[in-house]
Amino acid sequence: MQQRRTLDQPYTNRVLLNGQLDTPRWWAPAVAILGIAVIIGLLVIGAMINKGLGVTGLGRPVYWGLFITTFVFWVGISHAGIMISAILRLTQAEWRRPVTRAAELLTVFSLLTALVFPLIHAGRPWRIAYWILPYDFARGIYPNIRSPLIMDPVAIGTYLTGSTMFLYVALLPDLGNLRDRTTGWKNSLYTVLALGWRGNPRQWKMQTVGGILLSALMLPIFVSVHSIVSWDFAVVPSVEGWHSTIFAPYFVIGAVHSGVSAVVTMMALMRWLWKWDDFIRPEHFDALARLLIVVATGWLGFTFLELIFALYGQDAPEIALREMQMFQWPWNMLFIIFFLTAYAIPVPLWLFKRVRTNIAMMFWTSILVNVGMWLERFLIIVPGLARRTPFVYTWEAYRPSPVEWTIFVWSFCWVTFLMLLFSRFFPLVPLFEQKESQVFTQDVAIGRAKVPAIVREAD
Amino acid sequence: MSTRSILGLFQQPEPAADAMDGLKQAGFELGSFDVLTGVPYPEGAFGEYVPQHRLFRFPAFGAIIGFTLALFLTSATQIAYPMVTGGKPILSVFAMLIIMYEMTMLSGVIATVIGIIFESRLPNMKPGIYDTRITEGWIGVVVTFDDDSRVAAAESVLNTAGALEIKHAS
Repeated sequence: MQQRRTLDQPYTNRVLLNGQLDTPRWWAPAVAILGIAVIIGLLVIGAMINKGLGVTGLGRPVYWGLFITTFVFWVGISHAGIMISAILRLTQAEWRRPVTRAAELLTVFSLLTALVFPLIHAGRPWRIAYWILPYDFARGIYPNIRSPLIMDPVAIGTYLTGSTMFLYVALLPDLGNLRDRTTGWKNSLYTVLALGWRGNPRQWKMQTVGGILLSALMLPIFVSVHSIVSWDFAVVPSVEGWHSTIFAPYFVIGAVHSGVSAVVTMMALMRWLWKWDDFIRPEHFDALARLLIVVATGWLGFTFLELIFALYGQDAPEIALREMQMFQWPWNMLFIIFFLTAYAIPVPLWLFKRVRTNIAMMFWTSILVNVGMWLERFLIIVPGLARRTPFVYTWEAYRPSPVEWTIFVWSFCWVTFLMLLFSRFFPLVPLFEQKESQVFTQDVAIGRAKVPAIVREAD
Repeated sequence: MSTRSILGLFQQPEPAADAMDGLKQAGFELGSFDVLTGVPYPEGAFGEYVPQHRLFRFPAFGAIIGFTLALFLTSATQIAYPMVTGGKPILSVFAMLIIMYEMTMLSGVIATVIGIIFESRLPNMKPGIYDTRITEGWIGVVVTFDDDSRVAAAESVLNTAGALEIKHAS
């Protein structure tokens, strides 16, 4: 971690605000294409709501399929933000600086997307009012707080609200910067959003102390959210493969694995698209890959534990499920792809520094991880239900319909669309954090070597 | 008597710190002058007055409110519709704890954000004298006074410290 470039503040402003002060040539066509895809997806969702869930592949006994898999997947991706932003901020890891904003943003947009899936999965989304907010004083019926399906929206709502506020507070200094660099209606917009930010010591102190405080508050929420999502499954004793006592930590560490990988994907795209080579450097990918090796190996441990706990009881239905997951077509094919992409291919590759500092390799391996992590959720959710096919006299297991696949693809277009829209108005890399690293870092001579030393305050 | 302020602009932190020292020595009250930067410098880098804050009270206050509301919400709704499940008590404490935990944290986070904004003295739609070069790395030393007779003294301190430009506002 000895790479460092001295970058002055006007240069940092010019380069990191290139998305807001100029429009990159690719931006409008990309947003237009994604916008069309988003509209198509919304039309399909509308048509599905109009026709009913019969247009999906859902049915007895597989009531939870692609939608719930994708819901868990996006909640998992959302764990990137707090993992990167809060933990690295609390530990004062220097390499967090270019990563935090994008990670927090990914949290907010992926949570927004995740929430869509249980909503549309309900078939009649307007009835959600009776499910989550049924303070119906006329009938005297209230939400069943004993159900994880109530705990879920409460936890995700808390995480989404907290993450959005965290994102906004950390944006204030950069909004002040944008206000100073713009004219016309944009200047008016940033003036209002910056709330009169000036950059006096009191405001900077609040940024520092508040950032640490919010990080500390968000961390327990981050752990609770995916734990509660896991309980959607773990508290169901009747479905083999779901009823597991280690699901909460297993889901959390899996979420961190997929979330941090998604941040790597995003960082590579940011570096290529906005040409931020001076700010998002190979050393950042190196650090993230080292982190991923640890997280992925921890996650693998939980995967094996989950399997061992399931088999140790010698429970016949449980053994039958595992046999189905791993040895029966098509689940065995999915299981092999899952294991190869989530761990066996990327992690050994990350052991080599040449791979860790190669942005293209990191980009593709991080995508592999998320292919595998999506399959992991699919293999947890669907086979447990599909195994019951003979009991309901259904001869074909679950097959997602084109409607479900379209909505699945829509979710990726939607998150990317929101990201690009955000990037047009707000910086994706926190400028003040970048500049702070320049102020706090001094080159110190040790023998004949010069190394960057970080100056830190005592408190 | 109108409040006036002047802003001295510097390109380096050292002369800005000299200006802050000079203002103290010239008898300007703490709190009547401040430093504006585009980067969070280490605390005390300019010998500036560091005000006390009460940010840590906000999350505690928010958490207490959230916990109380959640306790009421979870227990009152179960008591209002008392459905016995499997012979178990009406109040399902473990399930309540989850909702209470989330609402406590949510309220704590909201209160913290309110605290950050309040303690930063924001929103401030009339923030006073400012220069856009501050976010390009320049450092501003702003002096506010009620007494116009002190403007010359402040200007003199800023010029002596090496201010590259002085701006006035009334």
